[in-house]
Amino acid sequence: MAAKDELGRRGERLAEQYLEARGYRLIERNWRCRHGEIDLVMRGGDVIAFVEVKTRTSTAFGHPLEAITPVKLARMRRLAGLWREAHPDERGRIRIDAVAVLAPRDHAPSIDHLVGVF
Amino acid sequence: MGVGRAHSVALLGLDGALVEIEADTARGLPAFVLVGLPDTALGEAKARVRSAIGNTEFDFPAGRVTINLSPASLPKTGAAFDLGIALALLAAEGLVDPASVAGVVHLGELGLDGRMRPSRGVLPMVLAAERAGFDTVLVPAGNADEAALVPGMRVVSVASLRDAAIWHGAELEHLEVEPLLPAPAPDAEPELGDLADVVGNRDAVEAVQVAAAGGHHMFLLGPPGAGKTMIAARLPGILPDLDERAALEVSSIRSLAGIPVGRSLATRPPLEAPHHSASSAAIVGGGSGVIRPGAAARAAHGILFLDEAPEFAPTALDSLRQPLESGVITISRVSATASFPARFQLVLAANPCPCGNAGVRDAECTCTPFARRRYLGRLSGPLLDRVDIQLDVPRVTAAQLRMAAEAPVTTSDAARARVLEARARTAARLAGAPWRLNAHAPGTWLRTDGAPHPGSTASLDRALERGALTMRGYDRVLRIAWTLADLDGVDRPGLEQIGRALYLRKAAT
Repeated sequence: MAAKDELGRRGERLAEQYLEARGYRLIERNWRCRHGEIDLVMRGGDVIAFVEVKTRTSTAFGHPLEAITPVKLARMRRLAGLWREAHPDERGRIRIDAVAVLAPRDHAPSIDHLVGVF
Repeated sequence: MGVGRAHSVALLGLDGALVEIEADTARGLPAFVLVGLPDTALGEAKARVRSAIGNTEFDFPAGRVTINLSPASLPKTGAAFDLGIALALLAAEGLVDPASVAGVVHLGELGLDGRMRPSRGVLPMVLAAERAGFDTVLVPAGNADEAALVPGMRVVSVASLRDAAIWHGAELEHLEVEPLLPAPAPDAEPELGDLADVVGNRDAVEAVQVAAAGGHHMFLLGPPGAGKTMIAARLPGILPDLDERAALEVSSIRSLAGIPVGRSLATRPPLEAPHHSASSAAIVGGGSGVIRPGAAARAAHGILFLDEAPEFAPTALDSLRQPLESGVITISRVSATASFPARFQLVLAANPCPCGNAGVRDAECTCTPFARRRYLGRLSGPLLDRVDIQLDVPRVTAAQLRMAAEAPVTTSDAARARVLEARARTAARLAGAPWRLNAHAPGTWLRTDGAPHPGSTASLDRALERGALTMRGYDRVLRIAWTLADLDGVDRPGLEQIGRALYLRKAAT
């Protein structure tokens, strides 16, 4: 596994723990279909949150959130619809969130959760 | 996180409106939004501000940044809002003192390295800030001299965004940078030549003094080589110095037109001599986004000299009719309406025909009668109607040249002293009246309180009866006569002044 994928996995685990500590329950991790992938699907009350996680070790190439472009958001929106189709039993309002994980090599990671970015 | 406020000025013509810049930084995906009718140059402020803040040891806010320029409906142009936007943003982040930023007006364009670039129109912007009740303004180092011309304004010159942030209480170390300066202003006014250079043309020398003393528009008609251009170019030299208000207006227009302003206000009346290929937009001003002053506005409080007047496009000439009447140029565009001061003195020069030889002794005119008629016909009646002095300038003959060697010459200094004296007399007489120069005297006054000595208008009345003079022409002669009376030091124009005034309109008939 390449180093960047390793980092991405680690970031997703950190994001999942972070959200679970704040009362969210994991429904699915890395859901894929032929249009793309949703990093995390979490439930918080009657809301289903589709979470895009971005991980960086430094801000030398910009903050992780800057990598979430309008194109990527539009795809998330589409994937959320497809996920709902595939899971007719899950009910609730849908919401698209973003989580930035800044994980420097020798420091504790910092996590930033943005609610309803689309 | 929060809202920061700063102030700047949007210009519309010479009038500035205060603009409040609000910056909001909120959580969200990184975005930089600028709203409030920016033009392209202002919209690009986003890129400049982002780089300048980054290069001043600040972190650009990671969240969603919204800049609002209010009032939202007022179109805003140019790059002079950069400094205000950057500081409002830093205030929103709490990196500088928000109260300090909100209390002063910020003007200036930012370079990517955070240095301040000089902008156009800083002088009228500072004037507007002063009128809006602000007493402190931050300007680029390159515009500091210009901004300091506004009396009673505290001008803080900053070379970089870093300097400005430190002034507002940011904890940064001072870093000396080389300030960006505008092209230096010329040290001396261009040499205009002395009236003593004009040889032989006694009438013309007298006519320019009358024009200068009374503020009359002038039309010089004569063959090539008669010295029309030479005479017209000497008119600014014999006009009195500008008063403070006029000087401020002249300097403001120069600032707006991008002409260097220098360290002191312009004290001499400007001379604008556009080429005859000028369009009407070049003459009165225009532009679709930014409305810029044209030659007529740049000539305000001075001389607009149109050499070879019939060669100008008729639309360009006729666009001068409105400013000649009202003293103000109003330019309307989709986005806004701007007005500029335009109380200039018009000097037209023309040849009598395309070949230039019509009416010259010992020379043959090769133009057809039709061509000759059409040539001067290009100067429209309504335009010429507004020109008081219409003078024939003949070629100087050998005999006149010999005589001129013996006759006393009039220097510009002597002429200016005479003009100043006449203007002082005019001012004393018109102390209570709304107009300040004889050229602006209304017709009703000329025929009631301002009527000449009884019985002195006989020649004038005859010309009117003959139809050689219109009623408007009649009034114009009386106005010139008043200026002659002021030059001569008599209380009221008499037979002599009216006779000479008629002579100064002879090219019209």
